[in-house]
Amino acid sequence: MNFNAPDIDYAGLSPVLALTAAVCVVLLTAVFKPLRRTAPALTLVSLATTAGLLIWQRNESVDLVAGALRLDDLAISISLIAILMAAATVLLSIREPAVEESGSGEYHALLLGSVLGMTLLAQAQNLVSFFVAIETLSIPLYILCATNLRREESLESGLKYLIIGSLGSATLLYGMAFIYGGSGSTDFAGIATTIGKEGVLGDPLILVGIAMTAVGLAFKTSIAPFHQWTPDVYQGAPTPITGFMAVATKAAAFAVFVRFFDVALAPESGDWQAPLAVLAAISIVVGNVGALRQSSLKRLLGYSGVAQAGYILGGLVVASEAGVNALVFYLSAYAFMNLAAFAVVVARERETAYGDDIRAIEGLGAERPLLAWPLTIAMLGLAGLPATAGFIGKLYLIEALVAGDYTWLAVFIAVGTMISLAYYLPVVAAMWMRPGEAAAPAIAGASPEADPIDPEAGRRIYLLAPALLAAAAVIFFGIIPQPLVDFAEHAGSALF
Amino acid sequence: MTNSVLWTPLVFGLIGLFLPKRLTGWWATLGAGVTLALAIALLAGFDSGAAGLQDTVDVEWIPGLGVDYSLGIDGLNVFLVLLTAVLWTGGTAFAAFREQERPHLFFLMMLLGETATMGAFLAQDLLLFVLFFDLMLVPFYFLFGAWGSDREGGPTASAATLKMIVYTLIGSLLMLVAAIATAIIAADGGHVTFSIAELAQRPLGEGSQRWIFWFFAAAFLVKMPAFLLHGWMPDAYRAAPLPALAVFSGVLAKVGAYGFLRVVLPLFPDATIEFQEVVLVIALASILYGSVMAFTQTNVRLVAGYSSVAQLGFITAGIFALRADGSDGAILQMVNHGLVVAPLFVIVALLAERSGTEDLREMGGMAARAPVLAALFLIVTLATLAMPGSANFIGEFYILNGLFQAKIVFALVAITGVAMSAYYALRLYQRTMHNRKAEGIESREIGWRDGVVLAPLVLCILALALYPQLVLQRTDKSVTQAVAAVSNEQPPATLAKR
Repeated sequence: MNFNAPDIDYAGLSPVLALTAAVCVVLLTAVFKPLRRTAPALTLVSLATTAGLLIWQRNESVDLVAGALRLDDLAISISLIAILMAAATVLLSIREPAVEESGSGEYHALLLGSVLGMTLLAQAQNLVSFFVAIETLSIPLYILCATNLRREESLESGLKYLIIGSLGSATLLYGMAFIYGGSGSTDFAGIATTIGKEGVLGDPLILVGIAMTAVGLAFKTSIAPFHQWTPDVYQGAPTPITGFMAVATKAAAFAVFVRFFDVALAPESGDWQAPLAVLAAISIVVGNVGALRQSSLKRLLGYSGVAQAGYILGGLVVASEAGVNALVFYLSAYAFMNLAAFAVVVARERETAYGDDIRAIEGLGAERPLLAWPLTIAMLGLAGLPATAGFIGKLYLIEALVAGDYTWLAVFIAVGTMISLAYYLPVVAAMWMRPGEAAAPAIAGASPEADPIDPEAGRRIYLLAPALLAAAAVIFFGIIPQPLVDFAEHAGSALF
Repeated sequence: MTNSVLWTPLVFGLIGLFLPKRLTGWWATLGAGVTLALAIALLAGFDSGAAGLQDTVDVEWIPGLGVDYSLGIDGLNVFLVLLTAVLWTGGTAFAAFREQERPHLFFLMMLLGETATMGAFLAQDLLLFVLFFDLMLVPFYFLFGAWGSDREGGPTASAATLKMIVYTLIGSLLMLVAAIATAIIAADGGHVTFSIAELAQRPLGEGSQRWIFWFFAAAFLVKMPAFLLHGWMPDAYRAAPLPALAVFSGVLAKVGAYGFLRVVLPLFPDATIEFQEVVLVIALASILYGSVMAFTQTNVRLVAGYSSVAQLGFITAGIFALRADGSDGAILQMVNHGLVVAPLFVIVALLAERSGTEDLREMGGMAARAPVLAALFLIVTLATLAMPGSANFIGEFYILNGLFQAKIVFALVAITGVAMSAYYALRLYQRTMHNRKAEGIESREIGWRDGVVLAPLVLCILALALYPQLVLQRTDKSVTQAVAAVSNEQPPATLAKR
């Protein structure tokens, strides 16, 4: 027996290494006083570097770390979405009270740590790396949710997320243990071999394991009925973090969702498709009904995220390449739409004393068209109206579902979209069809706890640029979707 | 040519954003006018002898999904495109003569609406059609919601508009699923295409046709609106700003009827034959219900609104006679009704300005010092009730003729609708123009501004009355082709031969 020195593929690991180094460096800026102000810039630079490395590795499909990770186009696409959101979060966090409370270095290091977890999770193809990655992504987020130390809601949000997130992780871990017990393998490919030979229906151990893993993942992607934490946590967390969670966490968790079901459990797709389809349908109904009559924009976006997760899950249900393509396309579109929406919410939160209440955006159309348009486009896109990327995304999903014989779920998406109009459009109506407040109640309700008000926040380039660019992307990909379709097709072809 | 007709309005609308406020209205009117000129050129270049598509554009749009950007004109849509261009020119000019709040956005939305409507008429790809069909709602959501009027004791403009959007999108989203299902099932594992012409060559199985038919029918019937699906109409009509309402009522409702001819009849022939009578019942119910409601309404907008329900019922009945003459009549009647209802809403606006109310009971005697306005209104009224000599008469005659030969019982019921239309149209005219002049009502002659808008529209009505063959000649070939799959008559249409 020969001894071979482990062959380390540094090129394939480079994105992960870059992010790990960045976490350390950014954290160190907190220690050295003169460097403290550089944390955001450093974070942006390291994110850009990682993105560059990922793009450099595009079209590769390599197993890393003895097969624990796999860098392929699915992983790269999802990581890029996470990095885009993280970069936007850095911009939205400029002058965010939460950053000042918790320290810029710490805040940004945690953000990078979470992105690191997402990048790992998108590559995980082994139960162990899967779990480690999901914890790496979650733990920084628990803390980030609570970074606005002076606001009770923020602390509550962090605690709630910690408890419920841990419950989800525990369920996930327990399920994994069952799967390992039943199949004797932690490797996705190994699990697939065992399952392919013996089937799952005869083996209650594996069956329970799969169910619990699915539940754990449903917690992370906020799929109903495992979504109860979502609105509360979203509302309480600092808004830039909410935006980050709404998209990036979901994207990364869906990546592993896809990889786990379409690789490890692929031989038995006939058995898990129907339960997942039911889960998607429940999520669509619960999310859309829950979002009705919400006056807090962040809660509304939280519930809308539950419904959108249901749509996205539809891409997984059909267990086909077209399904994964549709899923990645929708996630990308979803990223742009949410980014535009959250950027405007952040701006209005700082400009008015209403926080994220819908009153904060009344009359915005006449007063601040540059802020009103991105939010309008985001809402129309989320509602799936034509000439937005949201429409193409729904088209893509429905086409995959119909081709995969899940037409009934496609009808659910259509019905869910109808319900969703009843909460997306009132947001548009508040901006364009209602007069703004005569006098901004800047002082009213001001207490020592309230965050300072910056009436010019919406004119600052670091808020305006992400909002406008994301909105432009929503329209652009709604009219010329092909580049994004290519992006999605790359991801899908990595698995099939 | 089709491309420029489609995009000219939007391009003008976008450029208009950068112009000073007082110019935007005129710029938008110019845009609509240029579109009208292009549409006329399109008609002039139209070869009435050919049955197939002309002036086609066909480019791959999303190859991954099989969606093409393909446009074309034939006998089914050429006059609807022209109607769209005519009414939008009128509506935009009418709005430009009046002060609008936030004019940039208003006229952008007007012109976006024109592009979307043109797109729905021109699209030859099923998915592109659905896309434009849904897109039409967006500008009208803004127009109705932001420039509409809240009603005391009733819903606000934005609530009424929301109701309209939810109603109409219920149909459209199901239609999206149905359209995709059509293409996927027809492809049968092969190359997916949404081209309407190609899909017509590969009919679906009867089982699939059944549910897909209803998904499409739901979208089209809500849009018209047909009886039982009209719940959004009264509130939305009361809230809408009149220039937008004129084009909305004049054109958008027709997209639904057009959809039946373009999509449903050729693509789902078996289901169409199977459900012919169900749709006819809905159509007749619309005629009866719309007419009766139009008798009793006191709000002038709603008289016009419910009369549209009845008229669209007529058009649907004509199409579902499943004969070439019925559908010929339906297309002629779509053009007629558009030309009648848009001026009607302009007149409603003028009446409201003179009386300060939209309530019939409080109006009256406005003809006294306004003979020109009265004359124009009278022409519109007589056309509405399909006076012999008007093009509406010819249209209704064709429809009834087709219906008689197909389903005589339905035809007999439909005839009562003709009689009732005389009642509500004349009631509207008399209550506003004749009777004793009520307090606070001004009998003022039509100004030159409004005359410039109204007179050409009325001229169109007269021109079509003199020469309805203009439409019939050019539509017949395409109509015969569209109903070929569902028609049981042979030899084809004796009437339309002449």
